[in-house]
Amino acid sequence: MLSDVNTLQWLYGSMFKSRYYEECMEKAYLEGKQPVFNMANGPVPGEMHLSNGQEPCAVGVCAHLNADDAVFATHRPHHIAIAKGVNLKAMTAEIFGKKSGLSGGRGGHMHLFDPTVNFACSGIIAEGMGPAAGVALARKLRNEPGIAVAFIGEGAANQGAFHETMNLAAVWKLPFVCIIEDNAWGISVSKTDATSVPRNDVRAASYGIPGEYIEGNDPLAIYDAAERAIKRARSGQGPSLIEIETYRLAGHFMGDTEAYRPEGEKDELFSKDPIPKFRKHLLESGTLDETGLKKIEEAMYKEVDDAFEFARSAAEPEPIEALEKVFA
Amino acid sequence: MSTVKRKLTIAKAISESISLEMEADENVFVMGEDIAKLGGVFGTTTGLLDKFGPERVRDTPISETAFIGAAVGAAAVGMRPIVELMFVDFFGVCMDAIYNLAAKNCYFSGGNQPIPMVLMTSVGGGYGDAGQHSQCLYGTFAHLPGMKVVIPSNAYDAKGLMHTAVVDNNPVIFMLHKNLQGMGWLGTEKKSIVDVPKEIYGVPFGKAAIVRKGKDITLVGLGVTVHMALDAANKLEKEGVDAEVIDLRSLVPLDRETIFNSVSKTGRLLVIDDDYISYGVTGEIISSVAEQDSSVFKTSPQRIAYPDIPIPFTRPMEQFALPNKDKIFNTAKEMMEGK
Ligand SMILES: Cc1ncc(C[n+]2csc(CCOP(=O)(O)OP(=O)(O)O)c2C)c(N)n1
Repeated sequence: MLSDVNTLQWLYGSMFKSRYYEECMEKAYLEGKQPVFNMANGPVPGEMHLSNGQEPCAVGVCAHLNADDAVFATHRPHHIAIAKGVNLKAMTAEIFGKKSGLSGGRGGHMHLFDPTVNFACSGIIAEGMGPAAGVALARKLRNEPGIAVAFIGEGAANQGAFHETMNLAAVWKLPFVCIIEDNAWGISVSKTDATSVPRNDVRAASYGIPGEYIEGNDPLAIYDAAERAIKRARSGQGPSLIEIETYRLAGHFMGDTEAYRPEGEKDELFSKDPIPKFRKHLLESGTLDETGLKKIEEAMYKEVDDAFEFARSAAEPEPIEALEKVFA
Repeated sequence: MSTVKRKLTIAKAISESISLEMEADENVFVMGEDIAKLGGVFGTTTGLLDKFGPERVRDTPISETAFIGAAVGAAAVGMRPIVELMFVDFFGVCMDAIYNLAAKNCYFSGGNQPIPMVLMTSVGGGYGDAGQHSQCLYGTFAHLPGMKVVIPSNAYDAKGLMHTAVVDNNPVIFMLHKNLQGMGWLGTEKKSIVDVPKEIYGVPFGKAAIVRKGKDITLVGLGVTVHMALDAANKLEKEGVDAEVIDLRSLVPLDRETIFNSVSKTGRLLVIDDDYISYGVTGEIISSVAEQDSSVFKTSPQRIAYPDIPIPFTRPMEQFALPNKDKIFNTAKEMMEGK
């Protein structure tokens, strides 16, 4: 069991930062969209998929990664981007569509690219699988350090790209890890209604690789499982598959009424919120006292507030810039 | 036809139309992501699950290659599947089932195995959803032979075109524009919400509608650009320009005759499309008139369409790239002035 205080602090701080980031994003997103909700309005238009509740998946895995290691995330990318160390100011400016954003405002919340830390995400389900395997292949061919991790949702594990890439990565023994964030829902369709097996870790057997299922949305258990898989990848033994039980505490996207959820499900999930739970664990285990925790939290508030301040005050791009960057 | 009419959004007209078709023919069934319990992300299948049950109204896994391929197979043996895939941008993952199977099997089988299926999707941007959730791709599907391609601009046409699509013996790509559908989470063009009869009726494919008569210039649009053209025409009228506006309604088959007849009368052609400009709808319309008789043109035909760039997220860039009524007005005025 993990005992390194710095790592424990980082796990908590990163989860806390991520949650506070989403809370600020939710407020910013709703500006201009009330009383009548219209996705086109406000400082952040378009779809918005928040990651509240899924923070343990991001931190438990990214704690083991360096800038050399590539991460491919999904349409729900903020927690993973934050844990991977994506430039928070430039990321926020991108989501606000500003010139100083990661892509000058061309990508937006579903298309965040920070090559300096090898992070990318996209909006088509399971689309990150192939590119992640490709980075892993390049690392292997060039004998470079670095592995690749693809994060997908449990709904994406029914896509062709998932199965094809798992087989490819396995047959080529690529330094690759697939992380499935199982929040039990793909928009309104439950995992039970969409997936032929209760847990996707069993599918690892069909690729001849290790598979694990991690219950409880617990950052420490995730940390341990990710360590095993990432060690295996780094030592040339090939890919692994990890599915993590996690909770989507927000709607699929903002504006989702979540009428498809069974009565009481949300309340139960909120009662298991991983962040207060982990905070309690740190206190009770004597890892950090209240003062120590507050200090971390204050630092995170500041970092996030600064990023939003930066994004809000940043300049808009010129309209004509739309025509640039189509080709390299 | 009875006189009972109500104003409906396109989404409501579509769900009503599908419901009537399912009542009329038990071979009709619906499948897609979030179409059953949720009633479709765009509300085009609302109420169908309650009415027809989970056998005929099926939520699918996120496995487009499988369920669109499955629709081709079911259609081959006489079912009439209506398949929904929320955004046209997602068709990349399952394109083979569409353009190599659905579109070609009739021909490959010498006409012995038609594929009567409807593939329904949503298109268009303008609300900051970025480059994988805002495309139109009309031209892409219309270019590939073997599929009919339909784009209604209002609820009346939507319901009638859906009837025609379901009874057609061929694959039909049914494209609904997000600015017109009438979902709770996005604004809706008011002119798309019109009177819709309760009963089944058909609107034929390949018959463009002249939605505004005029003598000076022909504005051709489809889906949302029809409404932009109508708005521009109202503005042009104040400047003494009498514009005719044509709603294509279907791209395959394309009503070249109505367009040609209009341009023969006005001598001026401006085509407006929110799909990518090159190798697309606008070029096809202009060349179809030019190759019939280029002497009808009093001035060079013009087009306004999306530049050849992926769709940017940020509002200033996206609005810059989209067609709008001012761009249409300005270009039309220049054409009238012979510039
Ligand atoms: C190929 C493709 N099909 C459908 C969609 C629409 N879509 C967006 S998110 C989503 C559900 C994804 O569920 P899951 O993978 O479990 O991730 P979660 O949203 O739960 O994080 C769907 C169907 C898409 N973006 N791409």
